[in-house]
Amino acid sequence: MHTKFSAIALSVAAAFALTACGQKEEPKPVAAPAAPAAPAAKPEVLVKLGHVAPMTGPQAHLGKDNENGAVLAIEELNAKGMEIGGAKVKFELMAEDDAADPKQGAIVAQKLVDAKVNGVIGHLNSGTTIPASRLYAEAGIPQVSGSATNPKYTQQGFATAFRVMANDVQQGKSLGEFAAKQGVKTVAIVDDRTAYGQGLADEFRKAAEASGLKVVATEYTNDKATDFKAILTKIKSTKAEMVFFGGMDAQGGPMAKQMKQLGIKSKFLGGDGVCTPEFMKLGGEAAEGNYCSLPGMPLDKLAKGPEFRDKFTKKFNAEIQLYAPYVYDAVMVVADAMKRADSVEPAKYLPAVGKTSYDGVTALIEFDGVGDLKGGAISIYQYKGGKLEYVETLGAVGDMSIAKAEVKEAVAEVKDAAKAVAGAATAMGGEAIKAGAEAVKSGAEAVKGAAEAAKSAVEKK
Amino acid sequence: MDIFFQQIINGLVQGSIYALVALGYTMVYGIMGLINFAHGEVVMIGTLVAITVVGTLVDAGMPVALAGLGGVSASVLVCMALGWSLERVAYRPLRHAPRLTPLITAIGMSIVLQNLAMMIWGRNYLTFPSLLPRLHFELGGTHFTFIQVVIVVVSAATMGGLLLLVYRTRLGMAMRATAQNPAVASLMGVNINRVIAAAFVIGSALAALAGIMVGTYYEIAHYQMGFMLGLKAFTAAVLGGIGNMAGAMLGGVLLGIIEALGAGYIGDLTGGFLGSHYQDIFAFVVLIVVLMFKPSGLFGEKTGDRA
Amino acid sequence: MKNGRFFRSTAGVMAGAVLLLVLPFVAAMGGQAWVRILDFAILYVFLALGLNIVVGFAGLLDLGYIAFYAVGAYTWALLASPHFGLHLPIWVILPIGAGLACIAGVLLGSPTLKLRGDYLAIVTLGFGEIVRIFMNNLNAPINITNGPQGITLIDPVAFGSFKFSGTTEIFGLALTGPQKYYYLLIALCVLVVIINLRLQHSRIGRAWQAIREDEVAAKAVGINTRNLKLLAFAMGASFGGVAGGVFSAMQGFVSPESFSLIESIMVLAMVVLGGMGHIPGVILGAVLLSILPEALRYGVGPIQTALFGRLLVDPESLRMLVFGLALVLVMRFRPAGLWPSPERRRELEEAGQ
Repeated sequence: MHTKFSAIALSVAAAFALTACGQKEEPKPVAAPAAPAAPAAKPEVLVKLGHVAPMTGPQAHLGKDNENGAVLAIEELNAKGMEIGGAKVKFELMAEDDAADPKQGAIVAQKLVDAKVNGVIGHLNSGTTIPASRLYAEAGIPQVSGSATNPKYTQQGFATAFRVMANDVQQGKSLGEFAAKQGVKTVAIVDDRTAYGQGLADEFRKAAEASGLKVVATEYTNDKATDFKAILTKIKSTKAEMVFFGGMDAQGGPMAKQMKQLGIKSKFLGGDGVCTPEFMKLGGEAAEGNYCSLPGMPLDKLAKGPEFRDKFTKKFNAEIQLYAPYVYDAVMVVADAMKRADSVEPAKYLPAVGKTSYDGVTALIEFDGVGDLKGGAISIYQYKGGKLEYVETLGAVGDMSIAKAEVKEAVAEVKDAAKAVAGAATAMGGEAIKAGAEAVKSGAEAVKGAAEAAKSAVEKK
Repeated sequence: MDIFFQQIINGLVQGSIYALVALGYTMVYGIMGLINFAHGEVVMIGTLVAITVVGTLVDAGMPVALAGLGGVSASVLVCMALGWSLERVAYRPLRHAPRLTPLITAIGMSIVLQNLAMMIWGRNYLTFPSLLPRLHFELGGTHFTFIQVVIVVVSAATMGGLLLLVYRTRLGMAMRATAQNPAVASLMGVNINRVIAAAFVIGSALAALAGIMVGTYYEIAHYQMGFMLGLKAFTAAVLGGIGNMAGAMLGGVLLGIIEALGAGYIGDLTGGFLGSHYQDIFAFVVLIVVLMFKPSGLFGEKTGDRA
Repeated sequence: MKNGRFFRSTAGVMAGAVLLLVLPFVAAMGGQAWVRILDFAILYVFLALGLNIVVGFAGLLDLGYIAFYAVGAYTWALLASPHFGLHLPIWVILPIGAGLACIAGVLLGSPTLKLRGDYLAIVTLGFGEIVRIFMNNLNAPINITNGPQGITLIDPVAFGSFKFSGTTEIFGLALTGPQKYYYLLIALCVLVVIINLRLQHSRIGRAWQAIREDEVAAKAVGINTRNLKLLAFAMGASFGGVAGGVFSAMQGFVSPESFSLIESIMVLAMVVLGGMGHIPGVILGAVLLSILPEALRYGVGPIQTALFGRLLVDPESLRMLVFGLALVLVMRFRPAGLWPSPERRRELEEAGQ
């Protein structure tokens, strides 16, 4: 009883402190009624966002990159000064390490849930994101990951799970289609037996086989390996024209190098895990001329891309490794949803997250029914002269399908018109038929034009 | 057939590295019956020190060959010092402790060294400077590089030197005596502490060499690179019969070749049921089978119960 | 005299029981994360006690213990998740999990009977890796384990309609998911402690001790070393299997990443650090080693800021560094473990002279 009383006393004191000098304490529910009584200074609300990524272990460099992206976003938000629910908000990042270990992921998630964070950014790995998502879902805290690409994450049916990046299904599919376009007929697949690598490799296989490619070898490695000569020698014996690797840069770089040492001339293709400066550093000359993919569009092609890169490198004195822009966007999406809902309470702003339409650095972010990014585009890059060079963008799935539907509709209309003309023709004479046919022709041309316009519009996007 | 030879070369090179690291395990084990789990980390430190020293020297304008030499000597010296202090600080006080105690200490040291290395060299993968010319040979469809040749030759030479040391010098004799019976050896005037320290220092020097070779071969280094390597090397040492020098070498080479051939042919042999994802299993399966029939390894002598 | 000790220990047990009962509420004041950490600590106590049978009692150095834990975890995951569409109740799954783990234990034990000491260590280590690699790869040609993707949406522990996930109210007390698991784990732990205690002083326990001290002599006096060693493996493995099942249900997700070698090493470190073969010691070791890294997670950052005004070293890297140092230092100054059994300490003192 005694402790309860002192707690009330404390919170009253806190309320006074709040009104007095605009402290950065979050007003507790008890203190809330006291706040409007003091209109002099605007109250400040502390919004805690959790961020989780591995800060130890082999993926620590990516973890730091993610965290930097979040830090940048939060600093900008605070500098800009946002008002939600009539109060000034101050964002604060609670950065945690899950060491890419599912068990630690759950503990860290619980820690964030206890700390009553208003939202969670992350985790980095699908392996930790999936078990943690259950805890956030139970606590009703929105979770936006900028890098967990495993389709399962959003397929579990949690209302709180979102991601601002194309998933492995979309990426693997685009990569398979791209491989088929390269004029190769046989392909060898290597996967690193992690959730990410295996998922990507499986989707790639499906798409490649559907496009008529022959998978002549499937080999495996692990995410701690440095020697790939045995499996590469095996691949060499199959004379595959292209080698696809589902895995990360730390293995991909040396793998490309060892391919060269073994005299393998096949092309090398990989997903976002090898689309990094690190890959080029580790692969050296062997990286040259190879292809890889990244979800979204290249930073330089995006309106806000170069600006983001400048800000990032200036602030952290480091190159963007991989996911930092996505994590940055993830923070912004949460902030945007809070603003639209005019509340920082998870329960209140969660519905707003689903209705996001935010023009971020990486894309126009909108979510589908399960929380996946709508129409996630995949871009292909080539390593040239120690740099990643943009090649093309594939599978702006959403836009394309909309355009296709529109064209189809137009075609159907023209067809109807033609039928009508034909009908009229049987009833009337030659002159009318000619005129009718011409009308149909011009109609068809209009459709063609519309289709082309739609196509170019998609390409522009 | 060229594919088969290629796999043999792959295995031989990898195996030579295993063998060199395995020697460090087996020397320490033979003399004091201790699994020095931190040995793999010594290899890692050796690689990273070499990167730093070579990088600094090259930046200072030194020719690559000289800088490389500087890097190798610095790395060997640092590792020797590290090996010596490991023994002095962590293991010597535990010489009469229960058998598992030093094992836990070794695991603890392994964690400490890894995290220290992470603080010093960062979390990123580092590229190892190419110290040797990147020559590439082709012989009847089989490819190999100059570095691979160097690795095999240097490993063989080092092992030969080590055998000479153990069987032809006074220190070697003292080592063998200590391995046989420390108490009697000390009565005969052998300074046990010195002998054990020497075993650690020599083993660590070999580890540094192995680390540099791993670095030049794969051209990458990372603070976690030592653990797996150490584990494989330890497996090699047991396969050959732990405590036996020649056994460690053969065990290492054998393990390397088994892994390469396993990864290369298991898919064809099992009709695609098992693939190279079981690569890491072969080593262990062979080990288990060998130990079932020869419980002290291929070349190990029958030892008493040491547990 | 025996009576006096009995009463003293009864009082101790009672005090301990009360403490254990209130603990989750005390911990909850610091947040549910602490209760979750406690849950894992007890899970590790359970595991360590299981391994203690193999390593501590029978003296068989097992570096692949986590394999049995994995077998139990996957058994639960496969029999109570949408993966195969099976949702069997706990009293079906746990025995199956324990049984399968037990079979795995015998499978590991039988070819390694002749091996001693370090040879056994490396073979068991290999066995652990083999199990993990199979779990990671058995998604093709037939999808059994779902490979590296792991299995999601695993059912929580439930007795009838009483579920262990989410918050329920009992007698006016709101119990959170982690708190309920805490009590379940404590109950299991008490059970395994009792089994351990009974074993230790039974014929079997003494036979194990004989094998540990001198296998040849044990054989000579007519102890069936083969069967007893197998029994040790089988028993240790079954406990691992049960622990794995609870882990699986608690996490709701399993993937092969959770069963790596480092986990086996961790559990072994708990047994040795606490005091091999001595049950209170093993419990202490497990609690310390599982809580220490987490406590450091909370402690390292704030302490640095308090002392130096800013973060000098990344808390995450410092955390593991301190953990490693702690292992080394404890072994340096208490080589038989933090809380060794009296006999063991005596032996050590004699050996040290």
